[in-house]
Amino acid sequence: MFRTVFPAAVLASALAFSSLASAQNTIKIAILGPMSFVQGENHWAGAEMARDEINKAGGINVGGKRMQVELIRGDTNELQSVPDATNAMERVITRDKADFVIGGFRSEAVLAMQEVAMDYKKIFLGAGAADAKLGDNVEQNYERYKYWFRVTPTKSPDLFRTLMAVLNTIADQVRQSAKREQVKVALIAEKAAWTEGIVKGVQATLPKMKMEIVGTWQPSPLATDVNAELAAIERTDADIVFTSVSGPVGITLARQMGERNMKAVAFGINVEGQKDEFWNAAAGKANYVSTLDTYAEVEVTPKTIPFVKAFKTRYKKSPTYNAATYDAIMLLKDAIEKEGTTNADKLVAAIEKVEHIGTAATATWDKKHDLVWAVGKTSGIAVQWQDGKKVPFWPPQVKGMQPFKMPAK
Amino acid sequence: MLQDILITGLVNGGVYALLAIGFSLIFGVARIVNIAHTAFYMLAAYCFYMLLVKLHLGFLTAGVISVAGVTLFSVLCYRLVIEPVREHESAVLIATIALALIFQELMLYFFGGHYLGIPSTLDGGVRFLGVSIPYQRMLILLVAAAMLLLVWFILYKTRLGLAIRATANDLEVANLMGMNVHRVAMATVALSVGLAAIAGVVVAPVFVVDPFMWLAPLVTMLAIVVLGGLGSLKGSLIGALIIGYVEAITVFAVPGGAYLKGAVALLIMVVVLLVRPEGLFGVAFEEER
Repeated sequence: MFRTVFPAAVLASALAFSSLASAQNTIKIAILGPMSFVQGENHWAGAEMARDEINKAGGINVGGKRMQVELIRGDTNELQSVPDATNAMERVITRDKADFVIGGFRSEAVLAMQEVAMDYKKIFLGAGAADAKLGDNVEQNYERYKYWFRVTPTKSPDLFRTLMAVLNTIADQVRQSAKREQVKVALIAEKAAWTEGIVKGVQATLPKMKMEIVGTWQPSPLATDVNAELAAIERTDADIVFTSVSGPVGITLARQMGERNMKAVAFGINVEGQKDEFWNAAAGKANYVSTLDTYAEVEVTPKTIPFVKAFKTRYKKSPTYNAATYDAIMLLKDAIEKEGTTNADKLVAAIEKVEHIGTAATATWDKKHDLVWAVGKTSGIAVQWQDGKKVPFWPPQVKGMQPFKMPAK
Repeated sequence: MLQDILITGLVNGGVYALLAIGFSLIFGVARIVNIAHTAFYMLAAYCFYMLLVKLHLGFLTAGVISVAGVTLFSVLCYRLVIEPVREHESAVLIATIALALIFQELMLYFFGGHYLGIPSTLDGGVRFLGVSIPYQRMLILLVAAAMLLLVWFILYKTRLGLAIRATANDLEVANLMGMNVHRVAMATVALSVGLAAIAGVVVAPVFVVDPFMWLAPLVTMLAIVVLGGLGSLKGSLIGALIIGYVEAITVFAVPGGAYLKGAVALLIMVVVLLVRPEGLFGVAFEEER
């Protein structure tokens, strides 16, 4: 009996000790995203860059003790299944013992993941979802939801403000080109939670901006064909096709607009349009398609251009906004080093007060733990596909912007 | 607006018809509900993408290899997975669902969830009655029509077709008459999947290639074959056109409800199942078979 039990006890003690030692020497950060998809790849890539930079410099200084960053990869599969996302969150917290969680993409999934993270009082830094409800939760029940902060993107009402600012610039260009005051806008928005506010906002705001809405089309986010929608839009003689799409329908839309040689210019949010692979996925038919974006080789902050260049060198492609997991980890590092602890409650208080200059934004947070919106600071940028290249054109005051182009009428 | 609906519905109907014909054939003849039908269509699209975009083999070579490769692969799948359980319809259904999911996960593993684009075989387009029609979509219409004729020719003008029809009419009698019914079923599977593969090669350039691209057309295709009459080729064609037009009307009449076009197709399927389970043209086509 003793011969059996004693070695087992020694082994268990050794394992427990090594686990404790490991826990004491590293800060475990779980990166959660759909890892088989571009969003998750960028979540992970941004985090890897932050981890390597921090660890190379000796780690995070926690009250005088240097601790290395250890990343945990949590595949949420959230594009296919919300339960998979909550399971992934549960797993990284309970099994992998993550100290902090970062990531998420699809609002429906992030809302569910937020609940799990809050149950365990884990700081959850969002790096993908725009739904305003995530921040509203913080305002409505601060004690429960205070561990949530949105690092990227801005919440959907603020995305809307950015969209209107860029749309106004484009509409002015249309007015000059067409030599008329009224601009016709067709709205095409996938049917999803995050577009609801945008659709209502556009319908209410555009008439005040001397723009006529000629119709609103709402295909499924997974639609493989928007031929009928585009045929209807062509009939309206729209000048601008205002897009709010995050799924593959964004590629279909751009490609089929190109195949139809449509004279209207597409602008809005087209998440697929932010990726380098977009041009090829749309078979080279996506000329003049423009979208809000986060990263380009322009000086949004002093850290943007070096980060984008380093990312391109390492991963052979540009980062998408989900790569702001880099900023999230750096934000944690700054807060931990300032407070000298990894205690979640103390870090929440620190992040609430900080102004963090990241690679994607110069960020401060409001009482909902949402980014405080400001053009050129947290608004992001707008880019347009021109002959196979993604060209940044807005906000004009940011160094490195280029002209927006219109298709020939 | 009327001409938009007429032309858009026709073009979309052509895309659906190309997929529905093969599915209907395999059910009508071999009585196999092949849920993996559109998964083979997905495999063909990936194969075409690899050969055309990555290996630069040219449209024709890439297309022929893709169709032939996927067709041969389907025969292998039939021998290994479907044939052993063919006597049990529910087992066939489950086996083909499993096959489709395996193909999906394999593509997800090898290609990730990236959306891939295939260049158009034919660039440009024409304007007809003020409606833009890309040449690629006209090609799909032509291929769909050609495939219908080809299937009709094989079924009614060849010995293989005679055997297929005899097997469909009465499996046991055909067996007693000395026909190798297993080989006939295998030939039917090959013909059916060949059509799906051709659809993958021709249709993929207007859509986006991804591991989940088989799901949406599967649902639409089921609606079409139920509407037209399960196993009826002509019914599938007519069903495809009806669904194409219903979708076009939904988008034009209710722009804000464009996402409902799939649901409308399914609603039609449910109504047909309740009111006329054999499909709109089921009786007439049953006699023809």
